[in-house]
Amino acid sequence: MSSRDDILASIRANLPRVDRPLPHVPLFDSDPPASLLSTFKDNLHRMGGMFLDPPTSADTLAPVRAKIAEAKVVCSTVPEIAGNRDIFAVGMPQDLTDVDFAIVRASFAVAETGSVLLSDADLHVNGVAYLAQHLIVLLDPADIVVNLHHAYRRPEFRDRHYASFHTGPSATADIEGVLIHGAQGVRSLSVLPVARAGSKLVPLKGK
Amino acid sequence: MSTACEQAGSAMLHPELRVESDPDAIIRDGHRLDHAEGTSKPLRPAFEPQPRGAKVRGNRPIDQQEAAARFIAATEHEKMHDERLWDLRQKRDREMHGIPEWEELRSLASAIKEHTLTHLDEYLDQFEANARSNGIHVHWARDAAEHNQIVHGILRDHGATTLIKSKSMLTEECGFRHYMASVGIEVIETDLGERIQQLDNEDPSHVVVPAVHKLRTDVAEVFSRTIGTDPGNSDVHYLAEAQRKATRPLILNADAGMTGGNFVVAETGTFVVCTNEGNADLSGNVPKLHIASIGIEKIIPRLEHLAVLVRLLSRSALGSPMTQYTSHFRGPRTGGEMHVVLVDNGRSERLGLEEFWTSLKCIRCGACMNTCPVYRRSGGLSYGATYSGPIGLIIDPTFNARKYSNLPFASSLNGSCTNVCPVKINIHEQIYAWRRVLVNQHEVPLVKKAAMKAAGALLSRPAAYRAAIATADAALAHLPRFVIYNGLNAWGKHREVPHPPEQTFHNWYHANRGAKQ
Repeated sequence: MSSRDDILASIRANLPRVDRPLPHVPLFDSDPPASLLSTFKDNLHRMGGMFLDPPTSADTLAPVRAKIAEAKVVCSTVPEIAGNRDIFAVGMPQDLTDVDFAIVRASFAVAETGSVLLSDADLHVNGVAYLAQHLIVLLDPADIVVNLHHAYRRPEFRDRHYASFHTGPSATADIEGVLIHGAQGVRSLSVLPVARAGSKLVPLKGK
Repeated sequence: MSTACEQAGSAMLHPELRVESDPDAIIRDGHRLDHAEGTSKPLRPAFEPQPRGAKVRGNRPIDQQEAAARFIAATEHEKMHDERLWDLRQKRDREMHGIPEWEELRSLASAIKEHTLTHLDEYLDQFEANARSNGIHVHWARDAAEHNQIVHGILRDHGATTLIKSKSMLTEECGFRHYMASVGIEVIETDLGERIQQLDNEDPSHVVVPAVHKLRTDVAEVFSRTIGTDPGNSDVHYLAEAQRKATRPLILNADAGMTGGNFVVAETGTFVVCTNEGNADLSGNVPKLHIASIGIEKIIPRLEHLAVLVRLLSRSALGSPMTQYTSHFRGPRTGGEMHVVLVDNGRSERLGLEEFWTSLKCIRCGACMNTCPVYRRSGGLSYGATYSGPIGLIIDPTFNARKYSNLPFASSLNGSCTNVCPVKINIHEQIYAWRRVLVNQHEVPLVKKAAMKAAGALLSRPAAYRAAIATADAALAHLPRFVIYNGLNAWGKHREVPHPPEQTFHNWYHANRGAKQ
């Protein structure tokens, strides 16, 4: 017998003879916050992320430009702002090791936790979100869901091969509980609310 | 500034550890950040040589008490350990109170896990079919040896000799690093705590914070010896940054990456990996080859069930609303290759243990460890086993009943572990049940057996129990010290027996409330 058959046979021989029906999972959304955006912002801050307040001027991307002004290598995957490292020309993730700032757009965000979802369609090269020193995320305020129950109804989890909730930057407190940002991945994560321009850059499969 | 901004409960077990100024604190919106494993209050650094874990001698029973006594004797280590884990417990409570549906989530999580375990064959079958159709190679391993051979085979086929990996209790269970060293493959742990433990040639002492038993000075010593840091510099930022810089080239040059899996979703063929450092995402996304080793009990039916478990995991583990990274791998990336190894290693047999099968619901959050007074004071390495703390007491004997026969006695049966468990495992009841099983299997020394027999007779008869408690309380108040603190009472060692109450709860209830019934 193969290991597969062995294991499944052993499971069947040992299955507890009890009735355990699958429960119905509610959406727990009966008491949503007044503003998804401000709840998202508060929770993002608690998790060590930074919310960039949208400027009052017409230049919606000014906070991003201010952040990357001193950076040597900027890799952008969004049409709104240009970098100097073309993500579409990157052959291997290893080529991204010198990136100072990566700029991406989130598929959506979760108010409950302050998370943004970045999929392989948003990143183009998944490693960019971890190898860059800093990450800037554009988020359409219309793309915020109230909690994780709503989040897991999104199509990205069925369509994409890779999708990751980022909730603040890379962090550790493995030594005496002292909090460090930038354990292995990005040292900072900033989110700027900017509405999507026209249509999505990379349409989801099946849409 | 930081003291005024603390968010978690301020009660400290060891107030003398408190420092008023904390140059390391990260303040945002006027609040001290304490997400991930971050402590909610600044603690005073100390220096003391690190006590080592239990002495493991082949198959002989681990003497947890002996190792615990050495940990307790290292007072700076013991206090820091106790305080930090209690802080995680307090942060967990804070998160719990922030979610009105918390208890409903726990019940749902338990029901989801029990349903899945009672249909485990069907859901594994479904996962395999869906993962394969997404392009994932699925392997099955009966035991640790087969797991190691399968992974070695995949690496050999790709000519891979270096492997970066994220933390996985399953690979600890399989003795994976030891095996890989024997076949000439270099394994590099990428979680900071796990990397510290690897470089110190020591097992992880906790499922979530592997180096929680070490002081910063211990880490400075390990890093000065292994990655060339200044032995006199134990600044935590310096140590973490040195490790980041030392590990980054290893990540970039690795031939293959490996992760575990916190959850597996049958309906989509997805596995989910949760980390705070993003190291699993580096391991899975930088090398072309990604191998994930996952225990068969990690499966759940659908995405809607994942929401329940993800909401509970990090809040229970660390009192942080979410892990910094919760990553969903559903298939290889373009040009990449992805393998999943589903590992049994005793799990299917455990499913058949009527009193113990629900231990398979465990999501490895470590909440039971953080709350356990024995664990907090004795350190995870005192258990001499892959799994320590309350969950270890009920899992380890399934791997080796003789070697781990003492472990189920490392508990006061206070039930706190059961109360904090996000999937409602009746941990303390299973600990007690294991004592009975091990006594029946003659795996327990004579002194413990005699005490067990008397306790068992008492606990099975409520009236006798109540009489005995009243008598014992009276006796405790009047007995000379040598009777209470003798060699037969392990609980009299290193601690004072609690002051006996003047009245038992049952008597008080009868006098004050009984008449109203």
